[in-house]
Amino acid sequence: MTVMEQRGAYKPTPPPAWQPRTDPAPLLPDAEPYRVLGTEAAAKADPELLRTLYAQLVKGRRYNAQATALTKQGRLAVYPSTTGQEACEVAAAMVLKEQDWLFPSYRDTLAVVARGVDPVEALTLLRGDWHTGYDPYEHRVAPLCTPLATQLPHAVGLAHAARLKGDDVVALAMVGDGGTSEGDFHEALNFAAVWQAPVVFFVQNNGFAISVPLAKQTAAPSLAHKAVGYGMPGRLVDGNDAAAVHEVLSDAVRHARAGGGPTLVEAITYRVDAHTNADDATRYRGDAEVETWREHDPIRLLERELTGRGLLDEAGIEAARQDAETMAAALREHMNQDPALDPMDLFTHVYAEPTRQLREQQDQLRAELEAEADTEPEGGTHR
Amino acid sequence: MTTVAVKPATMAQAFTRALRDAMAADPAVHVMGEDVGTLGGVFRVTDGLAKEFGEDRCTDTPLAEAGILGTAVGMAMYGLRPVVEMQFDAFAYPAFEQLISHVARTRNRTRGKMPLPITIRVPYGGGIGGVEHHSDSSEAYYMATPGLHVVTPATVADAYGLLRAAIASDDPVVVLEPKRLYWSKDSWNPEEPTPVEPIGRAVVRRPGRSVTLITYGPSVPVCMEAAEAARAEGWDLEVVDLRSLVPFDDETVCASVRRTGRAVVVHESGSFGGPGGEIAARVTERCFHHLEAPVLRVAGFDIPYPPPMLERHHLPGVDRILDAVGRLQWEAES
Repeated sequence: MTVMEQRGAYKPTPPPAWQPRTDPAPLLPDAEPYRVLGTEAAAKADPELLRTLYAQLVKGRRYNAQATALTKQGRLAVYPSTTGQEACEVAAAMVLKEQDWLFPSYRDTLAVVARGVDPVEALTLLRGDWHTGYDPYEHRVAPLCTPLATQLPHAVGLAHAARLKGDDVVALAMVGDGGTSEGDFHEALNFAAVWQAPVVFFVQNNGFAISVPLAKQTAAPSLAHKAVGYGMPGRLVDGNDAAAVHEVLSDAVRHARAGGGPTLVEAITYRVDAHTNADDATRYRGDAEVETWREHDPIRLLERELTGRGLLDEAGIEAARQDAETMAAALREHMNQDPALDPMDLFTHVYAEPTRQLREQQDQLRAELEAEADTEPEGGTHR
Repeated sequence: MTTVAVKPATMAQAFTRALRDAMAADPAVHVMGEDVGTLGGVFRVTDGLAKEFGEDRCTDTPLAEAGILGTAVGMAMYGLRPVVEMQFDAFAYPAFEQLISHVARTRNRTRGKMPLPITIRVPYGGGIGGVEHHSDSSEAYYMATPGLHVVTPATVADAYGLLRAAIASDDPVVVLEPKRLYWSKDSWNPEEPTPVEPIGRAVVRRPGRSVTLITYGPSVPVCMEAAEAARAEGWDLEVVDLRSLVPFDDETVCASVRRTGRAVVVHESGSFGGPGGEIAARVTERCFHHLEAPVLRVAGFDIPYPPPMLERHHLPGVDRILDAVGRLQWEAES
């Protein structure tokens, strides 16, 4: 008998206690991404919410442009743009209550700012100043996470801890399409589902992990389909439709808050800029593709909806632009000031108390700095 | 006056007692890992905790080390003090990204705003006949990661004291538990738990005049045995038990070496790039003029941990230690 025949003869019997958690059908995402703008659902959307979303999108676009400009002036070491993805960034921040937590990836500075973190502090990591510029507890925003998907288990742990304490807290964790291939993505979703933790996993599928297209990243029908394997609902949404993203994320947050456990939301969007200012996107994609997505731009979609329904006029558009300009000017002004860095801080926060070894090294650096100051001409600075 | 005979506790039981006392003292302490609940851990270190404190405080997690440590990070962010078990030394490797990229540096990268008081219990080392991936000595990896404290007890009393100190620490601490010593007993009285002292002090386990053996964890009893055997040769060996690899107690170690003028570092993990190289360099830098001979290392070979039938050839034993001590004496004799 061949091995295959033996295998064929083998019929596994599940242990008596085992049973499927739930019927997988309701967990599966719809075949088409959910849309609001340009559909009948738009009529039911709250006009005030749409206008707020619009103002935030315009501001977000300006923020992306300003940050990218700052890289060219050497004021930012690097900036991973979210131009084209503003609807996802803004909605992620807007659907959370004050006590909730946001777990951003390195690309999600805009969501961090939309959550209320000072724009300069949010850019500290990318500026090359300290690794995290803001106090994570002030706005309940975890530090920007550079390794891929490793912040997802943190979100699960925090949400789980909050629930154990009886607190009404939801964690929303952001990740890109590339991050869904990482082991931590799998472990986080699995833990969250087993623990029924109040977490929303939000995948911004922008088409590329640096240069690698989605087709080389996964063979799944969609990234949202991955949810069903963990026993949680998967939802697919048009990531450039701000109203749709807001609605789907709101539903997921509400579901988590009510004790329903985690949801995986996949937003289909597109990164119009390169991966970062250091990347050359022309090596892996054509202009025609980018142009198609510019047609499907989140600001354009919402503007068309609002103006078409008489909810926004030229004056309103101009007001939003002005507001964004004010924000950009303030950001420029702050970023053009040199940060005051104290080299002695290098040792201050490694441990609660520096070890004896670190104190020795601190003394060494202090002596070096003093010697440097003695030999430096008047008015010399070090950065 | 009658004295009540106290049943001596094993090192594993001292760890259990430390966890239980820490959990009773602070509701923020949560124990988590694979098999730590109903089973009480494969070494029974978490025995009874789930029953006493409930499954929310002593949690059987899915089988995923990165997930265990990664979720512990989030729990610590929310104010809990997770104590995670990695079950076996080599099983901890999937969690290294969480350990190195987040656990060790979150305090630093948030400039002190977000400390992570996580205790990572790692049963480590060989000598128990474990098959592949069950006997690694991984301390060098932890030692090389700034932001972590690394401790390893050699006595039952230290098992209690160091684990309590680790859980009380506001920084992440890797507690390397010598599997080989889990069933060892000494005079520790479980009715009167040792006072808990801060992490970072080495201790002279046995005073001597001729040579300092610098060692830790599972190699401490081996060095004690070697010191007894060496008396027959007329050598009086001092044994320093480091207890804490990070921070490193230069003071106690160097005071000993300055007294004896000779030092041998003894550990199970490999020699090349291992803890012994760091320790020998530190001792040489600080005690050069007191040294009568180079600092020697007696360590495991630089090989993947061998199969159990051959591990006795790999592990540093009494003879190999005495041989090194002999090599330190030639100058004095010639």
